[in-house]
Amino acid sequence: MPRIRVGLLLAATIVAMTSWIIAVRFVRADVSDATTAQGLAAWEQVYSVLTHPRCINCHTATNYPQQGDDRHRHVANVVRGPEDKGVPGLNCAGCHQETNADSTGVPGGHNWHLAPLSMRWQDINDRPLSSGEVCRAVTDRSKNNNLDGPGLLKHNEDEPLVKWAWNPGRRPDGTMRTLPPMTHEEFVAATRRWVEAGTPCPATR
Amino acid sequence: MATYQLNVNGQRREVTVDPSTPLLWVLREDLRMTGTKFGCGISACGACTVHLAGVATRSCIVPISHVGDRPIVTIEGIGQDSVGRAVQDAWVETDVVQCGYCQSGQIMSAVALLKHTPKPTDQNIEESMGGNLCRCGTYPRIREAIKTASAQIAKGGA
Repeated sequence: MPRIRVGLLLAATIVAMTSWIIAVRFVRADVSDATTAQGLAAWEQVYSVLTHPRCINCHTATNYPQQGDDRHRHVANVVRGPEDKGVPGLNCAGCHQETNADSTGVPGGHNWHLAPLSMRWQDINDRPLSSGEVCRAVTDRSKNNNLDGPGLLKHNEDEPLVKWAWNPGRRPDGTMRTLPPMTHEEFVAATRRWVEAGTPCPATR
Repeated sequence: MATYQLNVNGQRREVTVDPSTPLLWVLREDLRMTGTKFGCGISACGACTVHLAGVATRSCIVPISHVGDRPIVTIEGIGQDSVGRAVQDAWVETDVVQCGYCQSGQIMSAVALLKHTPKPTDQNIEESMGGNLCRCGTYPRIREAIKTASAQIAKGGA
């Protein structure tokens, strides 16, 4: 009888331990899934800003920047140039000064330039890339100036041309340029949630 | 109104104007330097091009308050520069000008191009000069003159 009791006790212990391990694994999986889901939700908020005209107009896949909410080709035959800053007779800085010029309607900011082609967020027909495509480009350190998650967060938080999107100045007709769909603080908070979740990207497309 | 100390073609100039006044109008109206032309007023034609710290700049859309202490070079002063002199000589030799209204802007952009790219390709010329419009259509002679100036600079004649 004692042998049987010991055997039953051992079996019960094994069953209990196995159940506990399985349960913990499921809980951890649930937590992980929840974190990823939250990260993906945060990414979609980030994506909504990145594809706003104030941002994506200078993240083209072509030889020129865009302008306006209709994202038309930049006037005056402006071209990208080898360093993404225009060409000698037609530099970005030849019009865009260090700050907005509201009296003439020309936007400005420090080191005005196009994003490099590795950071294009549109196709060659000026259509925004999908959420997954932009996410994968933004997180690819061979394309994003070798930024890791904290680096991406710092970029979105501090880069002057990123912050310009929330202070874009007036158009030549005196009206205010439109702003991205959330505040800069909300954008940074969404970026932080996405980074803390491990910068997950949508799997589709 | 505010007072600004400017460096124009190497000379100190003082103006008292509204801070929002475009640099073009300070040059033309306050300093009476009318070589720089008003074309479109929205940086679309290039007629108002000057150099601001060496950068070809559309003076019609740059408020004077944004200039700071950066040196300004206009068409009146570009001949003091060897590349500028070569471009002006080439312009005369090639007889580029027709009505002439856009040409001071054309020359300022051409000098900026040649200072950065002494031996420009046709594509370099098209891209750098693409923002300077000429309603007389002198583009082929502008291109020829830029190449003439480039050759002159290469020979050390500038």
